[in-house]
Amino acid sequence: MDTAFASEDLAFRDEVRTFFAQAYDEELDSRLSTPDPKVYKQAIVEWQKRLHEQGWIAPGWPAEYGGTGWDATKSYIFETERAAAGIRDVVPFGLKMVGPVIYTFGTDEQKQHFLPRILSSDDWWCQGYSEPGSGSDLASLKTKAERDGDDYVVNGAKIWTTYAQHADWIFCLVRTSSEGKKQEGISFLLIDMKTPGIKVNPIVSIDNHHSLNEVEFNNVRVPVANRIGEENKGWTYAKALLAHERTAIAEVADSKRKLEQVREFARAEVNGGKSLLADPLFQKRLSDVEIELMALEFTELRVLASVATGGAPGAESSLLKIRGTEIQQAVQELRMEVAAYYQGAMPSELTAEALGHAFGREARQAYMYGRASTIYGGSNEVQKNVIAKAVLGL
Amino acid sequence: MNFDFSEEQVMLRDSVARFVQDDYDFDTRRSIAASEAGMSREFWQTFAELGWLSIPFAEEHGGFGGDAVDVMVVMEQLGRGLVLEPYLETVLLFGGLLQQGGSDAQQSDYIPAIIDGSCLGAFAYLERQSRYELADVATTASADGDGYRLNGEKVVVFNGGNADHFIVSARTSGEQCAEQGVSLFLVAADAPGLDKLAYSLMDGRRVVNLVLNDVKVPAGNLVGELDGGYPLIESVVMQAVLALGAEAVGIMGELNAKTVEYTRTREQFGVPIGSFQALQHRMVDTFIAYEQTRSLLYRAVCALTDAEEDAATAVHALKVMMDRAGKHIFGEAIQLHGGMGITDELDIGHYAKRLMMINTTFGNGDYHQAKFNALRYN
Ligand SMILES: Cc1cc2nc3c(=O)[nH]c(=O)nc-3n(C[C@H](O)[C@H](O)[C@H](O)COP(=O)(O)OP(=O)(O)OC[C@H]3O[C@@H](n4cnc5c(N)ncnc54)[C@H](O)[C@@H]3O)c2cc1C
Repeated sequence: MDTAFASEDLAFRDEVRTFFAQAYDEELDSRLSTPDPKVYKQAIVEWQKRLHEQGWIAPGWPAEYGGTGWDATKSYIFETERAAAGIRDVVPFGLKMVGPVIYTFGTDEQKQHFLPRILSSDDWWCQGYSEPGSGSDLASLKTKAERDGDDYVVNGAKIWTTYAQHADWIFCLVRTSSEGKKQEGISFLLIDMKTPGIKVNPIVSIDNHHSLNEVEFNNVRVPVANRIGEENKGWTYAKALLAHERTAIAEVADSKRKLEQVREFARAEVNGGKSLLADPLFQKRLSDVEIELMALEFTELRVLASVATGGAPGAESSLLKIRGTEIQQAVQELRMEVAAYYQGAMPSELTAEALGHAFGREARQAYMYGRASTIYGGSNEVQKNVIAKAVLGL
Repeated sequence: MNFDFSEEQVMLRDSVARFVQDDYDFDTRRSIAASEAGMSREFWQTFAELGWLSIPFAEEHGGFGGDAVDVMVVMEQLGRGLVLEPYLETVLLFGGLLQQGGSDAQQSDYIPAIIDGSCLGAFAYLERQSRYELADVATTASADGDGYRLNGEKVVVFNGGNADHFIVSARTSGEQCAEQGVSLFLVAADAPGLDKLAYSLMDGRRVVNLVLNDVKVPAGNLVGELDGGYPLIESVVMQAVLALGAEAVGIMGELNAKTVEYTRTREQFGVPIGSFQALQHRMVDTFIAYEQTRSLLYRAVCALTDAEEDAATAVHALKVMMDRAGKHIFGEAIQLHGGMGITDELDIGHYAKRLMMINTTFGNGDYHQAKFNALRYN
């Protein structure tokens, strides 16, 4: 057992740190934080292209497909430095979700066509799994794909599709058979969002932003060549992806940085003549979260190390997802506590100076949207069911 | 020992409940929240006609002469409907300060106008640096001829955009955080030197930051004793916390009921999700949290009404529990609604936001727990 960094890792850390300091600036940061989805899209694509130029856009991918080929330690260092620099993670749908599915299960043509465009952020992907009637019970999905010559004809509706309004492509789970077990009649399709018959309806969420959508499919023709793997085996491919998604959702490095921010905000906040950080009740609240996070950081390292030596993230990813999202929500709540009266202020024409407080509004947005992290990626209740079954054998 | 409401209180409760049921559905509320004023003057007149605006005021001014239980009965129902109209701000804070500390002239000038719905008021007590300390007042009022001259800034003034009159806390002597030396002044919304910066809060309420630049008020606008405004603030805020407690209990009840109903109808894995024991126990926990909060509300209302020695302890305890139980209950309500709980369209998130705003009003749970600890263990 040894968790100290080797000297080459330390050199790598400095390299990453220098890159982030030079390549990322406040101007980009403010465009990334805007409530305007269009400005956000342009900014995040711009940032991802910079990462791509550097060759660091896909740390988790094998080198032969354009990944970095880093070991677990380097990937960990990269994530930690990114978060510490206050830089958000890349949009996951292409790079962390469908990309790995395509390079693992796709045909050569699919790999050649899609992977470079994912790496360069020229295609924006969205995830079409959930349906109005199928959330936790995803395998009950009803969106139908029927064979007609070299095409499938797709009918149905997906919901909660994040950033469908930006997307060039959607990866979908569709029903190709209603025989046998419900998991066994599902196929994995890649669908061009420009195909006639697709309609995207916006859903405004409780943070007052528009990132969610309902996507309707009305006789949408999809070439059979856009199917991943075999017909009716889509569930297997989707499951392989879910574990990756959950591990990413834990966002340990981001929580670490945000907790440090909370500490600094609290230090500056005065309560009855004293710094809020000196308040024993607040200290307890803060340390309760920090201690959990210290532990989770090592839990994550243990999972990463086992993956590096050939294990797959299985039920451990559920543990990371549960505790990671609980910690995110606790940190968001602490920010709200620090922002006190200003936590409710809505975005308006007013500058932060006029309002009298710089971070209340951001605290609100993060807190409200943050309620979703225990719901998406497989709700925390469902993750507990997974652990009960797969780990405890119940 | 009896926890029953009087016949009059039952009628009052039913009349507010009926209004919410018949006239204040969620779509109506949504359009009021989106309107410029963020409230409906028409409904405010309805409140006046139904006598709700008169409840806490003395009979000599045309009031109903009601007590904290009467206010609680009204506020719980307003909470259920997420009513936006400024009952707390105008009747309980602005009106409450005048009822408890105003001169005869002030009372007869303003209270009848509050009761008939023609006067909207606001209480400007917060400052940028004050956080939850009501005595942390840097805005100054200095003697100027036969009146006072006010300078400084007040922030997050609820109902500030609609108010015809403000009561502003200002320092007339003493150090910035001293209780002694805080005074209260009536300031007209159109007073020269008063600037307003308007914005909204996430619960749909409109607030302003007030900048006071040499605002002159006559001596007759001093509310209560010179330098002695703090005890008056404290007493009115104590009542206001009870009212917010009742509003919060109303909201918690709605959240729990709506969540139980949803889990009864939403099916996954071929069964209603309410049939999962993992969720049943969670809803039992929120049910217990709700009942416990109601109990503390009753306890605090009784203690304050009977002027019991430990009334303040009970009020602090209530505010702590409102915070903890509130977050617990709305957190579970959102979670158990799944993706639906995250939408702006559903009312669940709006109930949650109002609970959050109630938590920060007059001090969050931690603030009141520290006060509680100081009273009990020092
Ligand atoms: C912000 C956000 C972004 C999203 N983005 C996407 C996206 O891009 N693409 C996509 O396909 N989907 C997306 N989703 C959908 C997400 O995956 C689903 O919301 C989630 O799977 C839950 O499904 P549901 O909303 O239908 O809730 P339900 O399945 O109806 O669940 C309701 C409640 O019941 C609980 N429950 C259900 N079954 C059980 C059980 N067996 N035991 C115990 N409790 C149970 C749940 O945990 C939850 O608390 C997103 C969701 C959100 C909120």
